[in-house]
Amino acid sequence: MHRGRANLFVMPLRQNVLILYLASSALDSKVIAWTRWDGTGDQTFMAGDGSEPPFKTGLHALRAGWRLFQFSQLLPETPGQEFRTSYLKYEFAFEQLVE
Amino acid sequence: MSTADDGLLTSREVARFVARGFLQFDAIVPDELNRDVLAAVERDGPPPGNPAGTPLAACYAGTPIRGVLDLPRVRGIVRSLVGPDPIFDHHGVHFSQPARSFEQRGIKVHAQHTHQDSTIDLRRAFDVQLFYFPQAVTPQMGGTRFVPGTHLRIVNEAAIARYQNFVGQQKVVCPAGTLLACHHGLWHGGEVNHSDTTRYMLKVRLAPSVPQVRHWNTADLTPQAVAARPIFDPTEASCLDAEDIRSILCRPEPWFEADTGRLEFINRIRLWRYLLGDERADVDYWAGRVENDPGSPGA
Repeated sequence: MHRGRANLFVMPLRQNVLILYLASSALDSKVIAWTRWDGTGDQTFMAGDGSEPPFKTGLHALRAGWRLFQFSQLLPETPGQEFRTSYLKYEFAFEQLVE
Repeated sequence: MSTADDGLLTSREVARFVARGFLQFDAIVPDELNRDVLAAVERDGPPPGNPAGTPLAACYAGTPIRGVLDLPRVRGIVRSLVGPDPIFDHHGVHFSQPARSFEQRGIKVHAQHTHQDSTIDLRRAFDVQLFYFPQAVTPQMGGTRFVPGTHLRIVNEAAIARYQNFVGQQKVVCPAGTLLACHHGLWHGGEVNHSDTTRYMLKVRLAPSVPQVRHWNTADLTPQAVAARPIFDPTEASCLDAEDIRSILCRPEPWFEADTGRLEFINRIRLWRYLLGDERADVDYWAGRVENDPGSPGA
């Protein structure tokens, strides 16, 4: 099925995104938080819609076929703010491309 | 020192608030008062507001909400955490209509994004947000979602909207008349109401007018209860006691990162020091270790 003018000749790949927040910078550390976005429109994900993480660790997501495309850098703490806690540190973004 | 029957919190309860950022009190408001509050909201709409900065004592005169605030237990909770003479900041009556009523009109309903109220807040002093549920909240009714232990994180309001789910997140399911007392920094969001009943929740934000030091029932705050103890020691009995104040303050949340989880302990100690009025207070040496600097010879 074609959707929109841009799709007349080539079926575009659409992106499903899974973001896993891990307990440390290691990909095989446990998932502590997660977010899903569905670029196909087939499913709607939202805050509070899950009770169990989709994977035990980031490595489990890789093994299930999710492609890792970004992860957070390791940065030294900002001087004077070494003890401040803020946003989740270990963010790993995965994708699946869907026709 | 106060007596146990004046509605004040215990030190254990305050320690739990310090660690987790909330306390939940099930069914502390009597049914008759809950019905009066609901009837007033349904009849008259949300109660009139008050200018920010108004003494709480001058707010809600002659309304059922005044009756809720005047309950000895509610007064005790507010006094324990905010102190005497709290200041009204703002309130909000949250109406959560059944999602079905929107979907019948072709409107998709989404849960509210995770957020922290207000804006960046660097204070060690804290405001308390009362979440009052005048009716029973079932799992289908989509009670407020929140993440215990997030309250000491310095973030900017909706910047955390990206986070959908946390290991250990909670959703309010409660009997009528339940009150949540939350630190202003607690991450939370409204849920979708999948029931056929409109859900009401009254939120009132209160600010302190005096330092929030030892306004609770400190009878259980004995020197022994907060003394230094062997750490990382499986033979230490108090470490196995979940109700031990030190254990409460050093219990991680399931979503804690391995490294910043330890910083959360230090941040809790910082807040605990403020509440105790004792800048030397420590728990399991988390603060003392990084503060111990004897200096160098000749310096």
